[in-house]
Amino acid sequence: MTTAEKYVTAAYLVVLAVVLLYVVIYAFKLARLEREVLRLARLAAERREAGEAPRVEPAEPVRTSI
Amino acid sequence: MSLRNNRGVALASTAALLLLAGISLAFFWVPDDVDQGFSQRIFYIHVPVALTAYACFGWGAWKALRLLWTGEVRYDLESYTAVHMGVIFGILTLVTGSIWARISWGVWWSWGERQLVLFLVLFLFYSAYFMLRYSTEPGPRRERMSAVYALFGVVLIPVSFLAIRLAEGFIHPTVFTRDGPQMAGSMFFVFCVCFAGTLALAGALYANELLGKRVDASLRELEEARA
Repeated sequence: MTTAEKYVTAAYLVVLAVVLLYVVIYAFKLARLEREVLRLARLAAERREAGEAPRVEPAEPVRTSI
Repeated sequence: MSLRNNRGVALASTAALLLLAGISLAFFWVPDDVDQGFSQRIFYIHVPVALTAYACFGWGAWKALRLLWTGEVRYDLESYTAVHMGVIFGILTLVTGSIWARISWGVWWSWGERQLVLFLVLFLFYSAYFMLRYSTEPGPRRERMSAVYALFGVVLIPVSFLAIRLAEGFIHPTVFTRDGPQMAGSMFFVFCVCFAGTLALAGALYANELLGKRVDASLRELEEARA
């Protein structure tokens, strides 16, 4: 492999690595959002069971997959 | 508010197909450049990424203008997301450009090049957007300030783009002139495929990021309503 080939490959790999890093960060963000949605859903369910009227409207189903 | 993301799925699929095709063609189909040889192949990722960064900043400015024009709050999040994408593509432009400079000019960076320095100024300007945004309390004031800032930054795009054409004694090549693209037809075709792929990638990232930010904002509203 020549020096030029190494540099060119490195440039393309950098782009790939940054996109992958973004996807990983985004996956963490989605996991956090999912945890929050589940927590709110659990709270709403607990209130329903306790006979308390929910104070917030149920949210629209969230589809967060790519 | 719709949280469906069909557009994001379509754009991500298109981006994957186009980029795979474009990169394969760039490595195995297009001929070597007469002057630069194999290293010229960075062109097919560096230039599309740079133009996409400009497009993202321009899109962010357009959304900022819409916010100031109509006062609709949703444009704030859209402008912010577009600037966010622009900064990501800006980082990629600087990194791939530095690698190309190292092969072609023997240096990682040249402060004497107006094109490079102006792009860096544009990048730093939009990086500072986040500091401005997060140093202000959420609300109409922050939305307006961010919008005005994003609009100011867009002025740097034509300056950055034209700098190389106005500069004298430059070493950064000018490929797109008034006479059209200065390259073989096959090279221009691969460039177009890569550019379309990069734009689709930016669109997919934008759609997903915007969806995430909207879900986040909705959850905050629910939390506040619950408290």
